Amino acid sequence: MRIVVCVKHVPDIQSERALGPDGRLVRDGGDGTINELDENAVEAAVVLAEQARDAGDEAEVVVVTVGPDDAEDAVRRGLQLGADAAVHVLDDAVAGSDVFGTAAVLAAVLRRLGEQAPVDLVVTGMAGLDGLTSLLPAALAATLDLPQLTLAAEVTLADGAVTVRRDLDHAVEELTAPLPALVSVTDRANEPRYPNFQGIMAARKKPVETLTLADLGVDPATVGAAGARTEVLEAAPRPPRTDRVLVTDDGQAGARLAAWLLERDLVRTTPATGEVL
Amino acid sequence: MATVLVLLDHAETGALRGSVLELATAARDLADGGEVHGLWVGDEPVDPALPVLGRHGVAVVHQVSTGAVDARLTPVLAEVLADAVRETGATVLLALSTFENKEAAARLAVATGAGVVTDAAAVERDAEGRVVASKTVLAGTWTTRCAVRTGLAVVLLKAGAVVSRHVDEEAPLAPELRTRALAVSERATRAALVRRTPAAPSDRPDLSSADVVVVGGRGTEGDFAPIEALADEVGGAVGSTRVATDEGWIGHETQIGQTGVTVSPRLYIGAGVSGAVHHRGGMQASGTIVAINPDPEAPIFEIADYGIVGDLFTVLPQVTEELRRLRQG
Ligand SMILES: Cc1cc2nc3c(=O)[nH]c(=O)nc-3n(C[C@H](O)[C@H](O)[C@H](O)COP(=O)(O)OP(=O)(O)OC[C@H]3O[C@@H](n4cnc5c(N)ncnc54)[C@H](O)[C@@H]3O)c2cc1C
Repeated sequence: MRIVVCVKHVPDIQSERALGPDGRLVRDGGDGTINELDENAVEAAVVLAEQARDAGDEAEVVVVTVGPDDAEDAVRRGLQLGADAAVHVLDDAVAGSDVFGTAAVLAAVLRRLGEQAPVDLVVTGMAGLDGLTSLLPAALAATLDLPQLTLAAEVTLADGAVTVRRDLDHAVEELTAPLPALVSVTDRANEPRYPNFQGIMAARKKPVETLTLADLGVDPATVGAAGARTEVLEAAPRPPRTDRVLVTDDGQAGARLAAWLLERDLVRTTPATGEVL
Repeated sequence: MATVLVLLDHAETGALRGSVLELATAARDLADGGEVHGLWVGDEPVDPALPVLGRHGVAVVHQVSTGAVDARLTPVLAEVLADAVRETGATVLLALSTFENKEAAARLAVATGAGVVTDAAAVERDAEGRVVASKTVLAGTWTTRCAVRTGLAVVLLKAGAVVSRHVDEEAPLAPELRTRALAVSERATRAALVRRTPAAPSDRPDLSSADVVVVGGRGTEGDFAPIEALADEVGGAVGSTRVATDEGWIGHETQIGQTGVTVSPRLYIGAGVSGAVHHRGGMQASGTIVAINPDPEAPIFEIADYGIVGDLFTVLPQVTEELRRLRQG
């Protein structure tokens, strides 16, 4: 069982995040971290690898990231969380890539890994908590021509097939596909383990391979800002809210809120009659 | 002149989702003298979907069936979209910003080279004719405008982003219906649907498009009755935090936040909600934010327009009662 997990280095969402004049995320705040949802992806992969080993099979988990120098922290974290090896694609030409550029680079890494030994499963987080488009998993699956099982809240492997449960707005679905396949997981899939001292020490000895676009045979013109399909024209911080009210309930705050809502026409003045087309 | 294609999301019953009319409205402005076409995937639309679409400027509806293949699989939907884009020559595709549509859009984009904007709050053409979409990012703290640089622009609009309008001039009573069957590739069904359990139907409006959303968190201690009573009084939807869904107090589909539903209603009322950054990411773009929480240090007060330091179990019933009294006159 060989599992590859794609992880991203993003600004910590607890920190003050900002966009630069070029509309790109400011990534040099120094408080970058592994995308939280990718910890769920690593955890899912490590658990599946453990299960394979318990069943007497060999198993390996490789974490892969694409990004600047700092991004190595993301794969280091993946190694601390139990992955066995890591790949970091580091190339200035990657800066400003959109989701499709990133998917092309990740696909090239996966093809290269696949030449060394077959990859059975690709796991990603459901979204990057920076751009939050959640387009990458499906884009990567399409680029690699793998079956996709996205937004998994539960992942199981059996008899060469992967099965997931996913919770959508209007339904709960169960999907299954033969391996190799791509799975994206939500934060409901598991509780990522906290790396212990041993894990942190062991991670230091694990290999991180650094690759460039040339190593991967990817044309720089197809990725990075040059290859991006959308262009940010303007980015502005949301203006602060004005006229804010903060009161302590004196027994009448609810009644005053009701009047305030009606005054501002924030709730219908006549009771709702139901939606008609 | 351009053909703008609108994906006509509908319920399993064949009833059009109301927010699709917002897309049709936005599509008219983008068409620039060209036509608005709709794509209906699956069994026939039920009344009054077609005349309503006609009144909102949709000239042609392409009804595509995939035969025995389940079109709810997003790789299948992506192939249907690619086929419809080819068939119509559309240069813009609008769809609702749902997880399913995002997946299909991502695959369509890989197949066609299209540029995609998700969670758009508005879309227009700039002076050069480029499709430009606006959206809020970084948990609602920034607004961006971005232009699509490719020949096909895919924009996924949030429900409620646009106010739907009828066409002014004498519109056709119903759009022309063109029916097609499409043979999708075998690769689109390699991930097979084993089971699908539709969410229980609700009388309340859809969370993602509701005008008013009343949200309960851990502070409800599992008692959502005051939340539901206020939501019903104002015709709003009920939302929750992850804590409330993890505890099993309410269905997962009500979770608002970065890994749940994104909402931007005119009015958000959060009770027993701390305002953790993961939750804020899904609601901070709301028009007016009201918060009720006994802890004056709760982060939600930093973004609230109207904050009450108090107990939801006394404040909310009073709001509901007073609204009822005032509205009955
Ligand atoms: C990767 C990841 C993704 C996540 N995604 C989401 C997401 O999409 N959505 C989400 O919501 N969370 C998400 N979370 C969880 C999030 O971090 C918070 O834990 C969660 O939002 C907190 O929910 P809460 O406000 O209900 O609970 P708490 O933070 O525990 O707050 C409860 C509040 O209720 C107040 N309270 C108590 N009693 C009363 C009373 N009687 N009346 C009024 N107020 C009262 C308390 O003062 C407190 O402020 C995510 C977490 C992670 C790690």
